[in-house]
Amino acid sequence: MSLLQVENLNVYYGAIHALKGISFHINEGEVVSLIGANGAGKTTTLRAISGLVDSTGGMILRGEDLQKIPAHKRVLHGLAQSPEGRGVFPQMSVQENLEMGAYSRKDKEQIKKDYDYCLTLFPRLKERLWQMAGTLSGGEQQMLAIARALMCKPKILLLDEPSLGLAPLIVAQIFDIIKTLNSQGMTILLVEQNARMALKAAHRAYVLETGTITLEGKGSDLLNNDDVRRSYLGV
Amino acid sequence: MQDFLQHMINGLSLGSIYALIALGYTMVYGILQMINFAHSDVYMIGAFAAFYTARILGIENSPGFSTLIILLISSMVACSLLGLAIERFAYRPLRKAPKLNILITAIGVSLLLEYSSQILFGADPKVFPEIMQDSVLAEFGLVQLKISDITVLGVSVVAMLALNYIIQKTKIGKAMRAVSVNARVASMLGVNVNTVISMTFVVGSSLAGIGSVLVGMKYPKIDPLMGMMIGLKAFVAAVLGGIGNIMGAVLGGLLMGLSEEYVVAYFSSTYRDALAFGILILVLIFRPSGLLGKSSVEKV
Repeated sequence: MSLLQVENLNVYYGAIHALKGISFHINEGEVVSLIGANGAGKTTTLRAISGLVDSTGGMILRGEDLQKIPAHKRVLHGLAQSPEGRGVFPQMSVQENLEMGAYSRKDKEQIKKDYDYCLTLFPRLKERLWQMAGTLSGGEQQMLAIARALMCKPKILLLDEPSLGLAPLIVAQIFDIIKTLNSQGMTILLVEQNARMALKAAHRAYVLETGTITLEGKGSDLLNNDDVRRSYLGV
Repeated sequence: MQDFLQHMINGLSLGSIYALIALGYTMVYGILQMINFAHSDVYMIGAFAAFYTARILGIENSPGFSTLIILLISSMVACSLLGLAIERFAYRPLRKAPKLNILITAIGVSLLLEYSSQILFGADPKVFPEIMQDSVLAEFGLVQLKISDITVLGVSVVAMLALNYIIQKTKIGKAMRAVSVNARVASMLGVNVNTVISMTFVVGSSLAGIGSVLVGMKYPKIDPLMGMMIGLKAFVAAVLGGIGNIMGAVLGGLLMGLSEEYVVAYFSSTYRDALAFGILILVLIFRPSGLLGKSSVEKV
């Protein structure tokens, strides 16, 4: 059984039909990428999973129906997200941002361990613990957003455009982190415009076009798919 | 010079009351981006709650520390409950509506409270119970330190320190800061946004309750429309400091109190109220984001 199963997911923004009944699944231990152009519905998909927009359709996470769980409780069921635009709290220190990640948790000792783990994973953050998150560079903010999501102790990590607006070197670092996390067993749903990186990093991938999934397959297969090459890789 | 110091004490005492009320405006704005026009009437209800508590307990004429505490608590509780109810029944259903709807609703709630209070309590002013004997505590030359002013300053400072502790150190305070920056992300991390908004109204309204008892002590006459002018001035104080900014509200309140006192002292009391709106106009023209208003730093 897959870890997250999405069936016939629909989202409307007023009269706009943003997601037109998409279905996909993520197995435990996989990196799955969702690629597509601006406005295809990638972020909307993540928002629906996180419960930030109303949706219809099935979303089953580890046998539980997410539709019945209010947004703020989904984190307790193993869902964490590094949101679009990072969404760090600029007036809070790096440490406070990380503490916000553990907001719903009560297992103090494990929180401390996860906190130390995050700082080993992102040594840059350790150097800047007391700095306001708003003063970090874009890449550091992205690291903080991922670390904060890890502090939720997720079963599945949703990453919304982690490469957005970052220098190529930093993008490579972020994708290294994704690989490391996955090798340690983390299941990841990655939403990206940077199709090449996203497909390389993914076990499987889905291509989203104006609210519909038009292609799916192994990351490596899609990298060689002519349509994908033409539309998303620019070759 | 002695005059100047005396006015400074009076101004700080008045200003700290403005600050307490301004904090309520600024906290709600910070979290919902709306001006809660009913806040001034929550303040008014706080004064009446204290008035009736004193009457029921028969402590109208027994000034002292315990009376102060009892009246503060009764007023804070009444204001909290009212603030909670207003948010739950008037504002929450409109959370997703355009901002203008909720603003007009706030004005509606304000009018509702003002005029139903006139029916309930009568339109005539009532004499607020005596809380502290208004004697002079100490004298430095011609400068007098009155007990009432010291009490006002003391209570305000304690309230603001408590607020600062709540916001900086407690879990709910961190959640408030998180929601005010990005409610969507906060909710994603497990923050129940509705609870946080309710708590913001509780805290803001409690501060208004404290303010109402302090005002009642300084100017012991209360009536159902007492919130209008002081509410507007506190609102101007919040805008002056930078609406949404906690330190700004305190700074704005103190500046308003001081400038009002000095204008009355050195020019004419006719300009007392004109000053507030003059400041509002100047702020809006020259520094719309207020003295400490946030210039949003965002990296892409």
